[in-house]
Amino acid sequence: MTMDDNKLTFDKITSDLTHHIRINKGFLVWMGFLTVSLVACLYAYSLQLRTGLGVAGIRDYVTWGLYLANFVFFVAASLIGMLISAVLGLAGMKWITPLTRIAETIAVSFAAVAGLVIVSDMGRPERLAYVFIYGRPQSPILWDVTVIITYFALSLLLLYLPMIADMAILHRKGALPSWLKGTYKCLSLNFTDTPAQNRIINRSIRMLLILLVPMALSIHTVTSWLFAVTSRAGWDSSIFGPYFVSGAFVAGSAAVIIAMFFFRKNYKLQDYITDLHFDNMGKVLVTVSLVYLYFNINEFLVPGYKLQRADAIHLTELFSGKDACMFWIVQIGGLVLPILLLFFRPFRKPLPILVISIAVLIAAWFKRYLIVIPTQEHPFLPIQHVPQNFVVYTPTLVETMITIGPFILVLIIITLISKFFPVIPLHETAVEKGVEDV
Amino acid sequence: MEENNNTHSPNEPEKSKASTRRDFLKNLGLAGVGVATGAAALYSGHIFEAKKEATGESKVLLTQDGRLVSVDSLEIKSHEKTGEDLRESQSREGIPGRRWVMVTDLSRCRNARKCISACQEAHHLRPEQYHMNTLQMQDSPNTAPYNMPKNCQHCDNPPCVAVCPVDATYKRPDGIVLIENDRCIGCRFCMAACPYSARIFNWIEPKDAAKDQGIEYNAELNVPQKLGTISKCLFSADRLREGKLPYCVEACPNSVYYFGDENEDSVTNGTTKETVRLSKLLRDNGGYQLMPELGTKPRVYYLPPKNRLFPFEEAKDATPEKV
Ligand code: SF4
Ligand code: SF4
Repeated sequence: MTMDDNKLTFDKITSDLTHHIRINKGFLVWMGFLTVSLVACLYAYSLQLRTGLGVAGIRDYVTWGLYLANFVFFVAASLIGMLISAVLGLAGMKWITPLTRIAETIAVSFAAVAGLVIVSDMGRPERLAYVFIYGRPQSPILWDVTVIITYFALSLLLLYLPMIADMAILHRKGALPSWLKGTYKCLSLNFTDTPAQNRIINRSIRMLLILLVPMALSIHTVTSWLFAVTSRAGWDSSIFGPYFVSGAFVAGSAAVIIAMFFFRKNYKLQDYITDLHFDNMGKVLVTVSLVYLYFNINEFLVPGYKLQRADAIHLTELFSGKDACMFWIVQIGGLVLPILLLFFRPFRKPLPILVISIAVLIAAWFKRYLIVIPTQEHPFLPIQHVPQNFVVYTPTLVETMITIGPFILVLIIITLISKFFPVIPLHETAVEKGVEDV
Repeated sequence: MEENNNTHSPNEPEKSKASTRRDFLKNLGLAGVGVATGAAALYSGHIFEAKKEATGESKVLLTQDGRLVSVDSLEIKSHEKTGEDLRESQSREGIPGRRWVMVTDLSRCRNARKCISACQEAHHLRPEQYHMNTLQMQDSPNTAPYNMPKNCQHCDNPPCVAVCPVDATYKRPDGIVLIENDRCIGCRFCMAACPYSARIFNWIEPKDAAKDQGIEYNAELNVPQKLGTISKCLFSADRLREGKLPYCVEACPNSVYYFGDENEDSVTNGTTKETVRLSKLLRDNGGYQLMPELGTKPRVYYLPPKNRLFPFEEAKDATPEKV
């Protein structure tokens, strides 16, 4: 740490961590840009609502396209809340404190938007309620709906509970508009930092963290089962659960690193999110990537060795056929290369690791594409007597916009949360640094 | 579908050779128990008879799953439903006592595609929407190509039904897998799960959407088709209810299809109207199912393409325009 701890006072921490809470020009321009983009995407979705899913490129054979790949990606990214806060937190790692809220923000926003993404994939979105009215517990979709809602609720609580103390501080200290202060006062639930209150909050957080682990594992395992319960080549795999979960940690860690970089830069948090955090996150990313690589080898080598009829067609397409280019870029550029680079300390410095993380995150999205789409392009029986666009899937413009929309929404949510709340837990940081509020 | 044939093999009681005194006492005890049981049985039988006399006579009825049961006639209440309720419950409950099966003779198919057009007309489908599609197959480079009409296999262990989140696709006791497009949410999980690519989706406004407006929905015909919902082969459940053969079966000029009831062990050829024993037809011709290793237990059987009546021809381009 480069910081001179002696000079730290409670007021300095408070002002460092909250000075970004104000509406400035940059924020307005950024939000304006996001809003305009979102409106364009909503327009695309309104086209789909009016004329049906036919506006997308999906047809009878490739029936799940970008939307579903996107859904898997969103669920994957949301898993990071659990890795950072729950796994590393429960393991007693202290350095994660400034990153927990970033991870939880990412978890909450991706989980919330994942629910919307899946609605955009429905042929009859107005019948959404049927899932609850007529729901059949035998269907993995029901399991998915249940665990995603639960995970979202847990993550939201986990974002909120540690914030209660911060709200109280902000309400007391901040030089803020009165409406904002009023909101903080409401949200702080009259927290007065008594030991009893702190005990309740700490206990609840601990319980949430413990609950979060199985719930997070479930959401992505169940999502992987949407594929693994079918008998199709490429999906019919017994390691899909851990394969998806480890892949999710890769995507999520990359997302957190990217968010860390921009928060640190834009909100001037260099003293709190230090090079050490990037270094540590680099180690986390390389660890989860190695696990993911291991599952990748299992997933492709074993069926590739046997080459059963349907698997052979599927794997040939991936390794040397139509999808080979994307496949190898994703596997090497998004997995092997990042692992090799991140072994070296210089590449775990903020800027290099940002670049690597962006590559990893983009590759992670295309990996979901490769999991979802190619399998459907070679079903067991031949595809015949249908138009060419049934045989080869090509996403349409409208479909692409409806796919980009959720990303914009996530950015909006993350921006709003980070703009109006301290990005770094205020109360916790003060307690850890041993400075008390006087 | 396997029936549990409870054939009683006569159980010859073994005769003991020399019964000792202890055995005798044991037998006596057994006999005592036997007498008591017998008396109880007689008594309950008596009560049963008495009750029967008091109420009416017992009737033998066939249940939906094909079992014969006897029911007291006074216990029988007529089960009446009308209008939409009737139609809905009918289409869920199926045709009592039947187990529909289809047999497709590949040696006779010349890809005339008459089944396809009859089907598409009946179900108001677009040209690229197939409930029934004839595929050009070749199992290995050294085996001869052949035509294979392929429809929904009406699996007895249907993966499509298993995954549907809202019970919009269901298996009926008479073997047919149907769709209720009033309920389908369009998630297409069933399409992903079906290994036979049997399901289609209404991606755009269905062909006759305007014409069909106001028609009451019939799940056994899946008409009107609805935007954003699933469709697939229904074994022409509406025709079966009228005692007729399915649209495709009747339309084939080359006597490819047999259709009938597994409970009766008979199937009728749609072209020649000849009725034959299902078990014999399958046994004599090496009948098989598509991908039985997947455990889906299809209700469609195929007869292998041997001694073919027509030479195989590459299909004329039957591919519809882009949609
Ligand atoms: S063939 Fe496909 S659609 Fe038909 S019952 Fe079997 S799994 Fe379902
Ligand atoms: S698309 Fe319709 S029938 Fe198929 S699984 Fe979804 S709700 Fe059920």
